[in-house]
Amino acid sequence: MSRRIYVNGAVWLLLLTAALWLPLIGGYMALASRVLVYALAAMGLNLLLGFTGCMSFGEAAYFGLGGYGTGLFLTHLTHSTVLAVIAGTIVGGLAAFLFGPLVMRRRGIYFAMITVAIGQIFYFIAERWNSFTGGEDGLAGFSRQPLHLGFAIVPLDAVAFYYFVLFFFAIGAGVIALLLHSPLGHTFIAIRENRRRAQFLGIHVERYVWASFAIAGVIAGLAGALNALQNNFISPINLYWVESGNLVIMAVLGGMRSFWGPLVGAIIFVGIQDYVSSYFPNNWETFIGGLFIVAVIFFPNGILGIVRRRMKAA
Amino acid sequence: MELLLFDAFNGLIQGTFYALMALGLSLIISLNSVINFAHGGFMVVGAYLAYTLAPYIGFWGALFAGPILAGFIGIIVERTLVRYMYGRPDPIYSLLLTFGFALIIEDVVRTIWGAQGLPFEIPSALNSPVSTTYFFVTGYRLFVIAAIALATIALFAFLRLSRFGIRIRAGILDLETVSTLGVNVYLLRSVNFAIGTLLAGFAGVLAAGILQLAPTMGDDVIMATFVAVVVGGIGSLLGSVLGGLLIGLAAGVTTAYYPAASDVVIYIIMAVVLIVRPRGLLGQEGLFE
Repeated sequence: MSRRIYVNGAVWLLLLTAALWLPLIGGYMALASRVLVYALAAMGLNLLLGFTGCMSFGEAAYFGLGGYGTGLFLTHLTHSTVLAVIAGTIVGGLAAFLFGPLVMRRRGIYFAMITVAIGQIFYFIAERWNSFTGGEDGLAGFSRQPLHLGFAIVPLDAVAFYYFVLFFFAIGAGVIALLLHSPLGHTFIAIRENRRRAQFLGIHVERYVWASFAIAGVIAGLAGALNALQNNFISPINLYWVESGNLVIMAVLGGMRSFWGPLVGAIIFVGIQDYVSSYFPNNWETFIGGLFIVAVIFFPNGILGIVRRRMKAA
Repeated sequence: MELLLFDAFNGLIQGTFYALMALGLSLIISLNSVINFAHGGFMVVGAYLAYTLAPYIGFWGALFAGPILAGFIGIIVERTLVRYMYGRPDPIYSLLLTFGFALIIEDVVRTIWGAQGLPFEIPSALNSPVSTTYFFVTGYRLFVIAAIALATIALFAFLRLSRFGIRIRAGILDLETVSTLGVNVYLLRSVNFAIGTLLAGFAGVLAAGILQLAPTMGDDVIMATFVAVVVGGIGSLLGSVLGGLLIGLAAGVTTAYYPAASDVVIYIIMAVVLIVRPRGLLGQEGLFE
């Protein structure tokens, strides 16, 4: 118990002070924001993947929809960055909620395939609907607006935006943590461990899978909204199945069974992507692919899975 | 009407490619219990190797050499990487492993042969139009359909009639029992994986004659292939063929009426099939759930 408090304290301390130490090790704030954005999406996905045991391979749909929701909201309706984030979150979450009944009865590979199918449908809609989504070129022409805090107007430069993202990351992570300690979270884990037994105990398994799917969608929508603001741009690529695969590998790489696993996975994934693509701009895919293979063969329980086993052995 | 026939015919050709790809993927899923995301990559490798060899051994030689080399690479990959996945019941690991490998293949192909599309020469005898009465059909397109049909029949005959093929089918049903009966299941799985990648390579060479060669040509096909397998029913080889033809035809017919939706229609079909028949058209219960 006390160890958990130390770990959580350390993680939050590091995240809060990132602006101080990150430049010292050669990082920059936009990179940190990107890590947090993907970590948040992967943590939402992990609720489904690691804690409910449903192999979603279409989480990019809600990530991308959150981005499009935010981008379109900023373009057409408002100049409030916060409202746009909320709008994107609602768009992503609502889509997941509406498609939940389609996926909740499926298991294993069929769950993966139907989530992919839904994601691809959104991808092609975004790619083809030029007049509304900007089509293949993506949606540009919106930008994050300064925050009006009442007492001051804060322009969202790289550092301020990092803390803006961290604020929402904290909300998302807090919601997930609360959930996992609630009866709802325990039910998710029961479904993961033994779906049939959970059913025998009178749990409406499908309803809970739906709930998990919708909540993951809300978190993905929030992350997607932040992603759109981070780049001031959103492209159909964010909806493509490859993006879903990236989120899955982040969760697996860090550790699907651990709360902070996806964060660790996102740090490694985004870090390597950034580092390698600046040195080998043409061949970074080989490194990412190699990372997938190494992770799957040698760290099937993720990096935190190894750390945990070491600690238990010690 | 003519346009509809033309698009439907093109869709059918597309469908035969999906069917051939889906057949190999389905074999690998059934016996190796591996979801091979690199299947499109093997298709690309087969096509590019055929392209490189064609000036030396001609189109007909390359048509056989490309797929066989893709099969060899399949064996190597199976022996060095995929075999680590056999003990793991959760399909997510094999999926991610092959996903990573697909990224590497694409990158390597781009590095060796370049990102630009390359034309693949086909014999002029096959390139001449056969019929211009209804719509324009080159002999090559008919040849593709015939070649894929022949390959499919050959595969089914192999699985039905040869001892090795029968063992593969038995292994799909119960690998453990087959193993206790003294069959070398390691060899069985390796060869099966190679057959799957060989079929992918064959599809790649044939496709190269219609489309241009491009490092990304596998990306567009792999998802459609998965859709074909799921629509047909995971674990059913015949279902994969049906699924492939069905979605190809559907995409073709949609092109005639509403071109913008031709990419998305296959996913809509898959979603509908999964809602109405959760295990696909001919799928069995319990596989990969």
